[in-house]
Amino acid sequence: MTFRRYLVLAVVTLTASCGDTFLSRGMKSLGPVSLDHPTQLIHAIFSPWVAAGIVLLIGFFASYLTALSWADLTYVLPASSLGYVIMTLLAKFWLHEHVSTMRWLGVVFITAGVGFVTRGPSWTDPGHHHHAAHDENPAPVEEVRR
Amino acid sequence: MIPSHAILATVAMVGSIVITATAGDILTASAMRQVGDLDVIRARSGILGAAWAVVSNGRFGVGVLCLALSFFSLLYAFSHRDLSLIGPAATSLTFVTNALAAKIFLHENVDRRRWTAALFVCIGVALLAF
Repeated sequence: MTFRRYLVLAVVTLTASCGDTFLSRGMKSLGPVSLDHPTQLIHAIFSPWVAAGIVLLIGFFASYLTALSWADLTYVLPASSLGYVIMTLLAKFWLHEHVSTMRWLGVVFITAGVGFVTRGPSWTDPGHHHHAAHDENPAPVEEVRR
Repeated sequence: MIPSHAILATVAMVGSIVITATAGDILTASAMRQVGDLDVIRARSGILGAAWAVVSNGRFGVGVLCLALSFFSLLYAFSHRDLSLIGPAATSLTFVTNALAAKIFLHENVDRRRWTAALFVCIGVALLAF
């Protein structure tokens, strides 16, 4: 993993968490959407907060696809785990939602769990899975790929 | 005390997001494996060439359709429940289902370290429900 690739993962993290927060802010201002009127979801796209959220999520998608072209899905998802912390902080201090102690603990568990995985290799070599079941400490194959 | 129908509704909302997101993630990840390293393609064919390599992939199109369904499920859920519950719950559960699906369909090396991470995430998600 190079510095530039870590930067791409940071963009994935920031745009995903900020994008989701913007969407939530927009949807809360519009009020509950009824299943009887699903077209309200289409109208919601054109509200400023939801539109800004969508722009951020497009940025997320572009950086996410870039990351997937050189790393495993099971590496990219946890590697962007700091987004949970950012999203909870935004929910607490910007959207003024109540975040209980148990939820904070949940966020800590999630971040610890997914942080764990980033210590391993980022990429499974196409021929590697034939041996993977018996290999508890696989070689850092991303070095080979690069 | 939270009414049981409210819990069921939350489970249904999160479930629909997770299923569509997992299908979308696996299909797009599979598409990106077919396409190859985007940094290399961009260096060779420019940013438009890289964009074309992605959008002309059929598997990518189906994946995006699934992700769009997941997006609208997320919008619906956000209008009924708190971001701090729906956001982490749906995304974390998607991580677990993705780990399983990535091992089965993408043949990724989901080793002991990655499964331990999945367990941590499951505990975290359970705590988010309180």
